[in-house]
Amino acid sequence: MTQLAAPPANTPAPARRRNGLLKTRELGIVLALALLVAYTAIDNPRFLSAQSIRDNLLNTAILAVMAAGQAVVVITRNIDLSVGSVLGLSAFTVATMMSENPDLPMIAAIAVGVLVGAVCGLVNGVLVRFGKVPALVVTLGTLYMYRGITYSWAGGSQVNADELPGHFLNFANDDLLGVPWLVLIAVVVVGGVSLMMRNYRVGRELYAMGSSPPAAELAGIRVARNLLGAFLLSGALAGLAGVLFAARFGTVDASAGTSYELNVVAAVVVGGVAVFGGSGTVWGAGLGALLLTVISSALAVLDINQFWQQAIVGALIILAICADRLVAVRIARSLRKRDAHV
Amino acid sequence: MSELRKRLSSWDAAIIVLTVLVLVIASLAVDNFGTSRNFTFLVLDLLPIILVALPMTFIIVTGEIDLSVASTLGLTSSLMGWFWNHNFSIETIIPLCVLIGAVAGVVNGFLVTGLGLPSLAVTIGTLALYRGLALVVLGDSAVADFPWNYTGWVTGTLGGGSVPNVLILMLALAVVFGVVLHATPVGRSLYAIGANAQAAHFSGIRVARTKFWLYVVSGAVAGLVGVLWTLRYSSARADNGAGLELAVVAAVLLGGVSIFGGKGSLPGVLAGVVLLAALQNALRLEDVSGQALNIVTGALLVLSVLLPNIITAVRGNWHRRKLRQSSKEKTAARFV
Repeated sequence: MTQLAAPPANTPAPARRRNGLLKTRELGIVLALALLVAYTAIDNPRFLSAQSIRDNLLNTAILAVMAAGQAVVVITRNIDLSVGSVLGLSAFTVATMMSENPDLPMIAAIAVGVLVGAVCGLVNGVLVRFGKVPALVVTLGTLYMYRGITYSWAGGSQVNADELPGHFLNFANDDLLGVPWLVLIAVVVVGGVSLMMRNYRVGRELYAMGSSPPAAELAGIRVARNLLGAFLLSGALAGLAGVLFAARFGTVDASAGTSYELNVVAAVVVGGVAVFGGSGTVWGAGLGALLLTVISSALAVLDINQFWQQAIVGALIILAICADRLVAVRIARSLRKRDAHV
Repeated sequence: MSELRKRLSSWDAAIIVLTVLVLVIASLAVDNFGTSRNFTFLVLDLLPIILVALPMTFIIVTGEIDLSVASTLGLTSSLMGWFWNHNFSIETIIPLCVLIGAVAGVVNGFLVTGLGLPSLAVTIGTLALYRGLALVVLGDSAVADFPWNYTGWVTGTLGGGSVPNVLILMLALAVVFGVVLHATPVGRSLYAIGANAQAAHFSGIRVARTKFWLYVVSGAVAGLVGVLWTLRYSSARADNGAGLELAVVAAVLLGGVSIFGGKGSLPGVLAGVVLLAALQNALRLEDVSGQALNIVTGALLVLSVLLPNIITAVRGNWHRRKLRQSSKEKTAARFV
């Protein structure tokens, strides 16, 4: 924030300044996270034990994977509310498949889950782009439809942990060099998507589409392809999250992932991705997911009524939007000032 | 001919026809659908969605949205239980709950119009916040011992006949909202705001103030519905009405209101709500699970926006082709 107050005379190009601003935006989350962890750890040092850190990271993994996809969609000035239902459909598909064919390798489960999610995402994208239906309406509709499909398929039945093969369930607990697979997958996903959005042409095009959709079209960006890609990615990652969900919890019924969309959108917004598109980062959204998870476990450790958790999430969302607004107003003001000097 | 096509393309007219069709077919084909007992249940199922949909229509017509309504409902429901446990009289509790709903609306209205924040994000935030506060107030417990004369009134019928008491309340509110939207300057100004907020501002409409009061009304109505919901099930719980906001938005959009604002009518919305509730009710009588019915709800929601778009696109194509043809004929005539 202090960067903003600096006199405009010796400022670098606006693009770089905005970049610096965004960095402070994510710095805010890191600081909040550090404060929270420090306070909780002083109250109860076991909060920093290896087991506690491991649990927090495991709990973040599923949310972070979904938040990465959602961030990409929100950056293009759209929204994907169907992710919770996609997770449910994918989790139930994979759990059913694994219980019937226990010999299938883990990679097959992941492939099927991602595929189910990708198809769901593609349907969303096609309806948004070619049906010219707003994303809010489409994904609200498919939120119902995908959940309805899962319910009419599953009915009241559920897949229990004892029906699932051991290697599938162990996946959630197994480590690679001390890091749980789930966490590793989340880090790779968030890192990979961040890199794509930051350094690759398609990523910058997605930002451009979110900043100004008509301008992006006029600039010759392949808007249709990119938009379909964004929704496909969000769906595929929700599908992947479904596989992770089934492996971690073992018991899957038709209601798996109900109202997860709220947490995912919360993580993205708290992570500094503006709902009007064009700004924010994927790793910020990942940090948002981490912050939300740590808050809920800190409440348990600090022995605060667990019921406060959702209220705090709500307050954080509003705080985050206010902060974004403040930053936007300041940018506008400093840009105006700079123009006045010239 | 053109008059007919205009009517056909008007989505709210289509949805009204469809609703009447569903009602007629259901009462002929589904056993027990047309009975007065089922009618009472249907009205009670409709009640929360219709009441919340009335101010929601206004808000969406101005191009904004309020996703926090169901959480406001949950908050007032759990506060009602808390007050009742703390020996407040029911006559104090009811207006107090409506007032608290209005205050929740004031917060939304201030964040959206005072700070200029996007309403979608704000109300997703207050959706979590109000539901969270409801949980803080009542936890996962329930309060059930509300006075019989009040709970009985909500589920009862007029003089023991076949007209539910709440139907009168519902119709009265629907008429008030309908008249305001379609027959007063305030109503017209809402359409103006939704069509172009800036132009509305320059033509002297107080855009921010109007939107602010819409959120307050929306909150107050959600508070009232929280009271009615609690009395109907005789149970104050923090999770009352969870997910209702999606059903309401689905019904409003299905009724032909444009999510971009500026378009839609209240009769269309009422038809949309009745259509969804009647379908649900009829299919439940036929033993189809309510959850599976979500497919129909979702599909209708998407189709309500998709179909008009397709019709416009097809008609645009046809119109262009005709233009091209006539210009070709003209050129040909010139050369002959």
